[in-house]
Amino acid sequence: MKFDTSGLESAAPVWGAPSELVDGFSAAPSFEVPNTTDFDGFQKEAIQMVKPAKGTTTLAFIFKEGVIVAADSRASMGGYISSQSVKKIIEINPYMLGTMAGGAADCQFWHRNLGIKCRLHELANKRRISVTGASKLLANILYSYRGMGLSVGTMIAGWDETGPGLYYVDSEGGRLKGMRFSVGSGSPYAYGVLDNGYRYDMSVEEAAELARRAIYHATFRDGASGGVASVYFVGPSGWKKLSGDDVGELHYQYYPVMPSTVEQEMVEAAGA
Amino acid sequence: MARYDRAITVFSPDGHLFQVEYALEAVRKGNAAVGVRGTDIVVLGVEKKSAAKLQDSRSVRKIVSLDDHVALACAGLKADARVLINRARIECQSHRLTVEDPVTVEYITRYIAGLQQKYTQSGGVRPFGLSTLIIGFDPYTGVPSLYQTDPSGTFSAWKANATGRNSNSMREFLEKNYKESSGQETVKLAIRALLEVVESGGKNIEVAVMTKEHGLRQLEEAEIDAIVAEIESEKAAAEAAKKPPAPAPKET
Repeated sequence: MKFDTSGLESAAPVWGAPSELVDGFSAAPSFEVPNTTDFDGFQKEAIQMVKPAKGTTTLAFIFKEGVIVAADSRASMGGYISSQSVKKIIEINPYMLGTMAGGAADCQFWHRNLGIKCRLHELANKRRISVTGASKLLANILYSYRGMGLSVGTMIAGWDETGPGLYYVDSEGGRLKGMRFSVGSGSPYAYGVLDNGYRYDMSVEEAAELARRAIYHATFRDGASGGVASVYFVGPSGWKKLSGDDVGELHYQYYPVMPSTVEQEMVEAAGA
Repeated sequence: MARYDRAITVFSPDGHLFQVEYALEAVRKGNAAVGVRGTDIVVLGVEKKSAAKLQDSRSVRKIVSLDDHVALACAGLKADARVLINRARIECQSHRLTVEDPVTVEYITRYIAGLQQKYTQSGGVRPFGLSTLIIGFDPYTGVPSLYQTDPSGTFSAWKANATGRNSNSMREFLEKNYKESSGQETVKLAIRALLEVVESGGKNIEVAVMTKEHGLRQLEEAEIDAIVAEIESEKAAAEAAKKPPAPAPKET
């Protein structure tokens, strides 16, 4: 059986491939379009139909010591919780992490693919790829599949020669550099806690606690987020998983139950 | 567009790729080029055939820049050079676009060499008839480098090298006289190597230097003449010192 390397193809396959010797920029993929009166409207509807809602909460932020990356672990299919133990923080290589929001398969596959590309870059150039470069590679791949139904909302966090790096990359082809991001249906709630408690000068423990609390609050209010709140830290020597706490238990840690005084004790009525 | 199937560069019974070797012959007939790497500077020098009277000499630049921090000189078929240089320039920008970082000298050399190799193993094409000398500074570490590629697609890094006409004599000279240098000393060494095989004078030599701060700078003819004059006077002084002192006139 021939070794199948088609999975390593970076851009979407080009029909009518141009001559290999005439290189430069590869042509954009193209396909036949349907005949409709309102093509743009039709496209919008089609996209909305296939677009899976990104039911999740992930967040990442840069602070003095490095980058904190945190996520929940719930996978939902509509109203059905399909899993409470999904790994949403993907280890691209020992010094770079990616988060998963959107289609699980899309995120997992393309993060693995990105890991391969990063390793090939290291081997060819005898130096690690920068977070900038890695996020750009992923963004270019996703852009070439734009409109074909990929659903990926990811953050690439890592530490390279220039220090900590954090980029948001999505399947629309967008790529943003920033200090704080949260992605997913629970992100508004996470942002509330994160933006309120964020300071650049935090210790690793403080930052981890902030991230944990932000994920917890998002899982509390958002039905599509839950399970386990994982927190990772990326520093100069690579990433390290700091904690993985069940959000149910976190709830009682943050809001312990106070034994309340009972005015009237109910007793079992004597057999009447 | 249909591609040609038939390969032109094929092995001979005793393992030679004659087309590649013939390409190397073309290089040997090309103008002399030399490159020298110093600690903080890299120098390229190229022999300039005397310009025809009516020709605008500024349009015949033999040392070109591929990016702000990489430059190239070559020996061989100049028309092939133009194609290779254009592709290399596109690749430099494409690299900046995809990884948001400038190319390293090694990367672009590897790309050019890869391109030269592809044309020795494709249908319907012949190899590029040129060897290149590529200089530049690593954008991350600031270390200067000098690389050479040839029509077979091999490349390697050098402290100093020469290609083109009489490259063997130039290389011998460099091997005898090379030592780690910086600044003007490196420029002088490059010009001295060229002068071994080229008629003296700023008119017949094109020299460019690259530093980390200022990038590529083509030397003016007057500057080159000045350095050549310096070299000549140094040579004369060395000759005079070597000659034994004239015997004192005999006293009778």
